[in-house]
Amino acid sequence: MIYLQLFLTFFKIGLFGFGGGYAMLSMIQYEIVEHHAWLTSTEFTNMVAVSQITPGPIGINSATYAGFLATGNVLGSAVATLAIMLPSFIIVALLALIISKVKNNVYFNGAMRLLRIAVIGLIAAAALLLINEENFGAGCRDIISWLLFAATFVATKWLKVHPILAIVIAAVVGIIIY
Amino acid sequence: MASLTSLFLTFAKIGAFTIGGGYAMIPIIEREVVDKHHWIEKEDFLDLLVIAQTAPGILAVNMAILVGNKIRGWKGAVVSAFSAALPSFIIILCFAMFLSQYKDSPLFVKIFKAVRPAVVALIAVPVFNLAKTAKVTWKTCWIPIVAALAIWQFGISPILIIIVAGVAGALGALIEKRKTTQQK
Repeated sequence: MIYLQLFLTFFKIGLFGFGGGYAMLSMIQYEIVEHHAWLTSTEFTNMVAVSQITPGPIGINSATYAGFLATGNVLGSAVATLAIMLPSFIIVALLALIISKVKNNVYFNGAMRLLRIAVIGLIAAAALLLINEENFGAGCRDIISWLLFAATFVATKWLKVHPILAIVIAAVVGIIIY
Repeated sequence: MASLTSLFLTFAKIGAFTIGGGYAMIPIIEREVVDKHHWIEKEDFLDLLVIAQTAPGILAVNMAILVGNKIRGWKGAVVSAFSAALPSFIIILCFAMFLSQYKDSPLFVKIFKAVRPAVVALIAVPVFNLAKTAKVTWKTCWIPIVAALAIWQFGISPILIIIVAGVAGALGALIEKRKTTQQK
């Protein structure tokens, strides 16, 4: 029952998705590529590229895309997208009631502080898992791929190039050299 | 009082025109609901933002739920959240259908072959940016390293890491509290 599995998987991601879009991306990758194998690593990386150049939150974009690829139809997209949003309704309502109490609670703040640090590891793992033969050639030794990686890293981290522009440039480079 | 239709139109517009995800959407939501429509006060908006950022889930969806609820109750929350997600849903669906049809065309193969390593770099950059904003020190930098290795090399679920980090953070606070009370 793929729809039920899709629902439960994305509900779980919505429920534990602390730390923003990229951290959720790590959970989505683990669940749909490593665990359920609904997408190949290549499809997942392509999906992230599309999410980067289209409007909207990365969590919605990837749920919609993954739901479609996992089932091949619109219903899969709808189930995954609904499921990733649903926990927010419950949690946000609950949190609104107790925020004034937990805001200064030492245990709550201790948990949040460690969460924020651990989330960085999640994103690092997502990047490390994508350094594979599908993206960087046999033995991960394709020089052109590494040059594209390095150029994009430098351009977006230090030269303030917008991620969309970086992807467009990479696409043009691909058309020219491959 | 805002109608559900105007909530729908406002959040659909926000969803359709903000590229770059949650953090890019917040100032645009603020401009629409605080400055332009005067549906809520700036102070209330900032209170809601604290809740949206603390909660798990998609930041823009959390914020749409809270703002919608503040303006029109639970109906407002449902309308705002779904209209914020709707443009992404439609656009991505078109892309997914189109690409699954043409994924083997030589042009797309070339494009994605070059784009994929670039995308990996786009995921790697926030690791370093967040390490700065979360104030990771030499004393705490083992935490993200261990978390990354656990997922990458040992196939541990990121969700499990989140649960462990939350529990450990609360326990850490408890131990620290015990220590300080004993010293007194």
